[in-house]
Amino acid sequence: MKPLVRILAVAHKEFLQLSRDRLTFGMIIGIPLIQLLMFGFAINTDVRNLSAAYVDEADTHLSRQFISDITASQVISINQRVGSAQELNFLMDSGSVSLGIYLPDDFDRRVIERDRKAVQLLVDGTDPIILGVARQLTAMDVRFDSQTRVFGEQNLMEVRNYYNPERRSAVNIVPGLVGVILTMTMVLFTAVAIVREKERGNLELLINTPVKTTELMLGKIFPYVLIGLIQLVIILSCGRVFFSVPIRGSELQVLAAALVFISTNLSLGLLISTFAKTQFQAMQMTFFFFLPSILISGFMFPFDGMPEIAQMIAEILPLTHFNRLIRGIILRGADIMDMWDELVALGIFMLVALTLAIVRFSKRLD
Amino acid sequence: MNHDNFAITASGLTRHFGSLIAVKDFDLQIPTGSIYGFLGPNGSGKSTTIRMLCGLLTPSSGSASVLGLDTRRESEKLKQKIGYMTQKFSLYEDLTVKENLQFVSEIYAVGRKERHLRVKELLEEFNLNRQMKQRVGTLSGGQKQRLSLAAAILHKPQILFLDEPTSAVDPQNRRDFWEKLFEMAEQGTTILISTHYMDEAARCHSLAILDQGVKVADGTPKELGNSISSHVIEVTADEPNAARQRLANEDGITSITQLGFRLRVLIPKEISNPLEQVKSKLKGAEIDARVEQVFPDLEDVFVSLTELRRDGLAT
Repeated sequence: MKPLVRILAVAHKEFLQLSRDRLTFGMIIGIPLIQLLMFGFAINTDVRNLSAAYVDEADTHLSRQFISDITASQVISINQRVGSAQELNFLMDSGSVSLGIYLPDDFDRRVIERDRKAVQLLVDGTDPIILGVARQLTAMDVRFDSQTRVFGEQNLMEVRNYYNPERRSAVNIVPGLVGVILTMTMVLFTAVAIVREKERGNLELLINTPVKTTELMLGKIFPYVLIGLIQLVIILSCGRVFFSVPIRGSELQVLAAALVFISTNLSLGLLISTFAKTQFQAMQMTFFFFLPSILISGFMFPFDGMPEIAQMIAEILPLTHFNRLIRGIILRGADIMDMWDELVALGIFMLVALTLAIVRFSKRLD
Repeated sequence: MNHDNFAITASGLTRHFGSLIAVKDFDLQIPTGSIYGFLGPNGSGKSTTIRMLCGLLTPSSGSASVLGLDTRRESEKLKQKIGYMTQKFSLYEDLTVKENLQFVSEIYAVGRKERHLRVKELLEEFNLNRQMKQRVGTLSGGQKQRLSLAAAILHKPQILFLDEPTSAVDPQNRRDFWEKLFEMAEQGTTILISTHYMDEAARCHSLAILDQGVKVADGTPKELGNSISSHVIEVTADEPNAARQRLANEDGITSITQLGFRLRVLIPKEISNPLEQVKSKLKGAEIDARVEQVFPDLEDVFVSLTELRRDGLAT
């Protein structure tokens, strides 16, 4: 009997402590919930509503029919029609669309004579899932209406794999990993760094000195900016050496994007530190933020394939914006200024987090 | 009020933590250049009061002025002028002695040349030269305490707040520590020190006795001894336990404290001829003892005040 009594006593105590440690309790409930929802919604290789644009140089009854048929499949969602192949390339480079459809001016003739492929699908091949979708699309039946002849079961389309002709998944993973690792480490480092001072009593000394809150915060994050840059260099060099992932865009722009992203994460770390009382709590909170970042930022699964609600949440995660930036610059050689809105999003996030952190951090103990 | 005479003044200082009243209606006047003590057990509100005076805690009500600066509104200005040695060691254990002092000197923005000299001077003064390059985590209690004090006075503050500074320190280090304090007070530094050691409180120029967040008495150690409303009778016996048991049940005895073979017995002032009373009671029980009336020390003052308060609160 005695062992049982003691076991129950310990279990009871544990439950009591758990019920008082709201954060751990929140994680117990939150993590499976978040995982389930994220994975359930986001792991979805049946991608729908892939953003696309098209050029229709033929502009005939048949070509319009083709576009409407392919739209009806719901696999792609056509955002815009552009006038030339160059414009289509530009949209692809800037990451606005992941699929381009090109219909040449002799579209009708090609459909009828079937000597050459009538349609070209330009695909952002850095994401294997999107590439797979495009390939499925080529197998789709295109039935023109009864007034013309029926061409079922024939291959009208050819896929042109942009940016990743060898179809290597490392190309997609490595730049994405930059963001994931920076999120993990930067947020955690800063959060823990301040909370550690709280835990060890150093903060009581600091707040009794003339040091200003802003000075303290900036002094705290500066070393971690350097650490972040070191991590960036490590990941990209390894990517180049082991996986031959080239940097197509400007290295300076990679650096600039990374600096903004690092600062954003550090601000968030500071904000977390104003909530956490112990280092462990800081880790828990970081994890809470990290999990959705890794799942729905577009790192694991293509952004376009996620349901709208997940996309909306993803838009407020810094990693989503950074993924677009870094993949754009590294893989597609895009210019950072063509993606200025992603930079602005990161900047806003940073300002909000930093302001909140400074407001919340009190040089008083009450 | 002129702050040339009083470095610290407070009136009606009160602080709640939820429903707990940590400090209640605290009035205080500390003359410039004196060593002032807060004597009280753990949880009596010593640290809370010190934190309010440093501007670290906002008072729930009441106000305090330190060096003529309001602690609510002007706490940032105050920080350059005061030094604070926390109860818990608060320097960086993973930095060396010298690195810690350098860090503090930079935080206080001491001039570059001066900074170097000051750190050197303090290492010398506090006998830390040999430990200069040692990680602070590996220092002894006494060394840590010397370092804390050095860090707290690095920027030459006009007021020094010390929150139970000698808790982890051996007697020799404590003596040296106090010598240092008197030296500084002589040079015009005002020192506020909290302690739960009676002998330490007795060294202060004047002090306040705190109990459960209330100041129960203040004055110089001598004034406090005179103000006590009890006679102090010292009983020396071979069997102090028997004597203690005999006296414990008597009416009119506030408290008995045993110190080895001696008992210190507090008897209310209203009772005349307390000496004879104790003697006759012990004689009745056939206990051999030497009984004499003595001058109250701080512990007697403390015991009599807190016992009275407990009784007062109970009824």
